[in-house]
Amino acid sequence: MEGIFGNLAIGFIEVFKLQPVTMWGMTLQHVPFNILMCLIGCLLGTLIGVLPGIGPVATIAMLLPVTFNLSPIAALIMLAGIYYGAQYGGSTTAILVNIPGESSSVVTCLDGYQMARQGRAGPALATAAIGSFFAGCVSTLVVAMFAPPLAEVALKFGPAEYFSLMVLGLVAAVVLAHGSIIKAIAMVILGLLLGLVGTDVNSGVLRFAFGISELADGIGFVTVAMGMFGICEIIANLEQKEHREIFTSSVGKLMPSKEDWKRMWKPILRGTFLGSALGILPGGGALLASFGAYTLEKKVSKYSHEFGKGAIEGVAAPESANNAGAQTSFIPLLTLGIPSNAVMALMIGAMMIQGIAPGPQVMTERPQLFWGMIASMWVGNLMLVILNLPMIGMWIKLLTVPYRYLYPSILLFMAIGVFSISNQPFDCFLMACFGLLGYVCVKLGCEPAPMILGFILGPLMEENLRRAMLLSRGDPWVFISPSKPISMGFLIAAVALLAIIAAPALRKKREEVFVEET
Amino acid sequence: MKIKSQQDWWAGWMFVAFGVFFILFALGTPEFIDRIVGTKLIGGYQMGSSVRMGPAYFPVVLGGMLAALGLIVLLDSIVEEGPEVATFHFRPLIFIAISSLAFAYLLKPLGLVLASIVLIFISAYGGHEFKWKEVAIMSVVLAVFSVLVFVKGLALPFPVCPDFIEVCPIR
Repeated sequence: MEGIFGNLAIGFIEVFKLQPVTMWGMTLQHVPFNILMCLIGCLLGTLIGVLPGIGPVATIAMLLPVTFNLSPIAALIMLAGIYYGAQYGGSTTAILVNIPGESSSVVTCLDGYQMARQGRAGPALATAAIGSFFAGCVSTLVVAMFAPPLAEVALKFGPAEYFSLMVLGLVAAVVLAHGSIIKAIAMVILGLLLGLVGTDVNSGVLRFAFGISELADGIGFVTVAMGMFGICEIIANLEQKEHREIFTSSVGKLMPSKEDWKRMWKPILRGTFLGSALGILPGGGALLASFGAYTLEKKVSKYSHEFGKGAIEGVAAPESANNAGAQTSFIPLLTLGIPSNAVMALMIGAMMIQGIAPGPQVMTERPQLFWGMIASMWVGNLMLVILNLPMIGMWIKLLTVPYRYLYPSILLFMAIGVFSISNQPFDCFLMACFGLLGYVCVKLGCEPAPMILGFILGPLMEENLRRAMLLSRGDPWVFISPSKPISMGFLIAAVALLAIIAAPALRKKREEVFVEET
Repeated sequence: MKIKSQQDWWAGWMFVAFGVFFILFALGTPEFIDRIVGTKLIGGYQMGSSVRMGPAYFPVVLGGMLAALGLIVLLDSIVEEGPEVATFHFRPLIFIAISSLAFAYLLKPLGLVLASIVLIFISAYGGHEFKWKEVAIMSVVLAVFSVLVFVKGLALPFPVCPDFIEVCPIR
């Protein structure tokens, strides 16, 4: 235990560090720059969480080029802030307007909006904020406790283990995709293939570059993410006529009543623990956590008849769970260097841009970065509670901004961001191409999210497969041989997951869950 | 044969096409085609062995899996009922794509200010409502904002003014 607090102390010192900053030609000494970045990240995250039509993936992709000039720690703190800030913001619109700003706050709409209609918007918002904050505190501790031992285990991983782990991660990502599993697997493979474009590290051969010199370094990850999520989202949003009504103009009093407190503390606890657990799983994260927590709460609560009619439990549990899940999904990223969802894939991209190879060695080699990021999560959560509750009125106002003002601005920032990666127009061209591909995929019922995971894991997977096969002298059984129990375990888990999902009963249930969501 | 799910039908073809595409470029064109054409069409890469995998190995395996999955989706589209393909909306698609391309290729010759104004105008035209005045104000505001934030604040090496203006007032 003492070790954890010692480590967290390193983190907090890093977060609150004063440093000289140069901007607009002026140099200021002693600026708490990291905490400033945390604040900016949280505010931006809330903003995009509130605004429907732009998700954290597109936003983080958009801001990646901005982070080129920042220090690694400041960049990661800001990007992480966007992710969990979005969880807060998403719940605000879910409760007040019945529009989930984020996919993870979809279930919050069910009861949160009903509470708002009964004139209890204030307590609903407060419950969401309190639950999220509590979950944030607990999951920060969870990350601090579980990350070091996991990283230690991961240091012993060989190429075979890494390959199998990636297979498991990709399979888990497929499970979470909407619609057909086969199509989701196909999208993962397509992503893996696209990730191979560029120079092959082993042989130096230029693959799938078609004589285009800009492709020698491969397709930029930011380019793909912005095309598949950003551009595609804009086009999809422009299909529908705008209609957004705000039903709740005043929030009323915020404080939950005594009865509310009594009813919400248990769901918050359950949501936090379920969320933390589900977040760690590869392929997990905020979305799975919120759905899981809502379903669990509906089962165990004695007020289950009130669910869907404004039960406070239906807000407390998923809101705590999605925040807990959002935070613990950093564990696989920080310890194994494996992203568990599209946002984490972008974080890996950010680390690589900063010259940090994501993996278990980050904790030992850059303890300031590692613990600073974890400490910043707690600080960020505190900021969100303090800042957001009083600012709710402002966020609601933002909702009234018509989309016709929003999307050209988003597009401009995306274009600037993509262009700045290599200062070549070609990247923008690619972004447009991927936007088109994403649009076609959505129309054909194929989710882009699994593809993006495949895309980032493609080169890593090939590298580890090659090494594992070289070490085993070409024996493919190395991945499931008894001498490699961990690798075998991962693959068995992956097969089991696929088998469970393919089972008819569960398939039906899964379809129901996703129908509910859309 | 009747196609029961339009969506799966086209998705299946897409996956098959991508799979074949990657296999074709990894392995090169088969010999009989080369003989017909007279030259080697696509070179392809070394396959290697399972011990020492060449650059073609992984893409070929993956491409094969992708094509196979595509075929399964195709079969499924004949067997099982599924949704139609939702209508494509070409207007936003085309205008959004063109606006980002225009921005990219105009940025160096015309500078950030003009390029962003062009982007805003074209992309706004792809929406439902287009009001000249509104878009004009928005484009100027955003152009100024992006110069201040990206060029001044974040020091991105973008030209601000067009090439043909010798002395740029904003530096």
